[in-house]
Amino acid sequence: MSIAEHDTRPAAPADTAPADTASTETGGTAAPDAAPAPATMTMAAALNLALADALAADGDVVVFGEDVGALGGVFRITDGLTARFGEDRCFDTPLAESGIIGTAVGMAMNGLRPVVEMQFDAFALPAFEQIVSHVAKLGNRTRGGIRMPLVIRIPFGGGIGGVEHHCDSSEAYYAHTPGLTVVSPSTPQDAYSLLRAAIASPDPVVFLEPKKLYWSKGEVDTTVTAEIGSARVARDGTDVTLLAYGASVALALEAAEVAAAEGRSVQVVDVRSLSPFDDETVTAAVRSTGRAVVIAEAPGFVSVASEIQARVFERCFEYLAAPVRRVTGFDTPYAPPKFEHWYLPDVDRVLDAIDTLHWDEDA
Amino acid sequence: MLHTDLLPRDTAVNLITADGTTVHDEAYALPDADTLLTAYRGLVEGRRINEQANALVRQGRLAVYPSSHGQEACQVAAAMVLGDRDWLFPTYRDSVAVIARGVAPAEALVLLKGDWHSGYDVRAHRVAPQATPLATQLLHAVGFAQAAKHRGEDSVVLALCGDGATSEGDFHEAMNFAAVFHVPVVFFVQNNEFAISVPLSRQTAAPSLAHKAIGYGMPGQRVDGNDVAAVLAVLTEAVDRARAGGGPSLVEAHTYRMQAHTNADDDTRYRERDEVQAWIARDPLLRLRAHLTAADALDEDTEKRFAAGAEEIAAAMREALNTDADLDPEDLFRFVTTSRTPQLEEQWQLLHGELERDGLAHAAAATNGGQR
Repeated sequence: MSIAEHDTRPAAPADTAPADTASTETGGTAAPDAAPAPATMTMAAALNLALADALAADGDVVVFGEDVGALGGVFRITDGLTARFGEDRCFDTPLAESGIIGTAVGMAMNGLRPVVEMQFDAFALPAFEQIVSHVAKLGNRTRGGIRMPLVIRIPFGGGIGGVEHHCDSSEAYYAHTPGLTVVSPSTPQDAYSLLRAAIASPDPVVFLEPKKLYWSKGEVDTTVTAEIGSARVARDGTDVTLLAYGASVALALEAAEVAAAEGRSVQVVDVRSLSPFDDETVTAAVRSTGRAVVIAEAPGFVSVASEIQARVFERCFEYLAAPVRRVTGFDTPYAPPKFEHWYLPDVDRVLDAIDTLHWDEDA
Repeated sequence: MLHTDLLPRDTAVNLITADGTTVHDEAYALPDADTLLTAYRGLVEGRRINEQANALVRQGRLAVYPSSHGQEACQVAAAMVLGDRDWLFPTYRDSVAVIARGVAPAEALVLLKGDWHSGYDVRAHRVAPQATPLATQLLHAVGFAQAAKHRGEDSVVLALCGDGATSEGDFHEAMNFAAVFHVPVVFFVQNNEFAISVPLSRQTAAPSLAHKAIGYGMPGQRVDGNDVAAVLAVLTEAVDRARAGGGPSLVEAHTYRMQAHTNADDDTRYRERDEVQAWIARDPLLRLRAHLTAADALDEDTEKRFAAGAEEIAAAMREALNTDADLDPEDLFRFVTTSRTPQLEEQWQLLHGELERDGLAHAAAATNGGQR
């Protein structure tokens, strides 16, 4: 029994893609060959649509992993793909993560574009050697003779009441590895666009899907493209910049709302691409407000949050009114479900951090 | 298929004995004289390459060399059984196989020389890059073959590993994936009795490594790894089966690592000299020479011609490895990702500035700040 099998059923099958619904909603006036109009859907549905569109667009794309076939994935992200594209294009593997990544390496060497699912973040660890020693390095080892157009999808993070090994945030391990691109969407639109960009990328991408946001809804325009390596200003504000990625972006936006009610104008930047990192957008944002808080679920010690904090200090020191703060998970193993609410960064913790940013000196 | 059909024989397949006489085998035919002569030439060259590489280590021109002295029959046969469209997935000890497949020795030894992590065009030769982790390449081989099957190609992948690698999880996962997906891969284990210092008895309690195959639902076979005729026959059968859609199989060659693991290893600490001496009598090269000479298939002129060819290869190795490569520091940053990240660009500029300050900036690097 997987903890993923709880009440919600996120994704619509790919062949009932929401685009049709959207056309109806807009009066169905679009020409048959025109791009489908934006539609509202969950992040899970957006990911499913991105996979379906990538499979349809490129015969070399293959999707595989554990339970991704008939079941459609424990989070239903691959729902309907086997039925629509066949066993050759979307298939279940033996239960072996190193085998999944290792064979994906060979497939990528031989012209395919594998998109693999790691089911849960901590379950990817048996494949760590393949990811770090081969996926990340083969292009470099062969002086570009081999490329690794490989996407490793990892449902990551907590907030869903998962038991041990189902809610870790492993992004620092991957972001620390030269050769890996690491991205994480926080909206259905980015989920769609970033996943399409990741599959199109000639380089290997670790694609971190915030489990907590799988069922969050938003508009998806399938014609919108994403550039890997760019951050996104998710909310404008003038007093302080919150820097976040994945599920923490939703938290940052929520905190910004509350802060606004208290009279503080809070800017939110969705870092989105952990590696490569968009120093330009982040630096400009923090310089514009002079204060920053980094928010992430992972333990803070030697973390992506630490890296962001350090980069902001290096680039924005003379613009800062206060030290850059971090609000992160504790340096404990990820919390059991009944402790999760104590562990995870929440609105109060973010607001408390904002309150420490030397506001009096401004007066 | 009866499950017992998947089991290897109780003893290794052997077609030419240690003294050069032939053994009749109902299942495996002795390769023809031309093939054996070609193999002999490969053994002569392989032996010379191993000797020369060892010498280059002593001279400090190679950082390290894992010798395949004594295993040349496995090395040469691995290259000989593959067609142009097939792929070889070697380990770090398989440089002679890589060279026998057509890679120039100097390119094959780049990893061990330290000029880069791999030195040959993997696509041109259809040889995957050598690397030092154990068994990881077996999974790459399986995926590669899966893609070949997916694309409707009839190429076969020959994946090499040693006895130590059979203890790794990736060995198991590779066997299992290959059998489940029924892909055209031949796993070829060169059981040379030692993983650095640890003997086979500490790697497995199985009757043989080839016996592992039945657990995955694929056939396994054991072969005398110092008998190039037998290795050729058994591997050819396995490759042919894979190409015909018969799926993967496992071949275990019983051979012996005559020299230390590498020059950094002291093998007197873990094995008796008598044991090593005993294997000299089973030498793959001397054995085939005895057989071919007795069969009047090898005359003195041919022997001299092969020796001269091996000498030429050795001379080319010396020349290439005694030459310092023109290293471009920008190469550190050039291949990490397809397009350089801003972070890498910044770091290259830092290094470039340091080199310029020291008057060491590479001419090409100085005019080309990046590849983007």
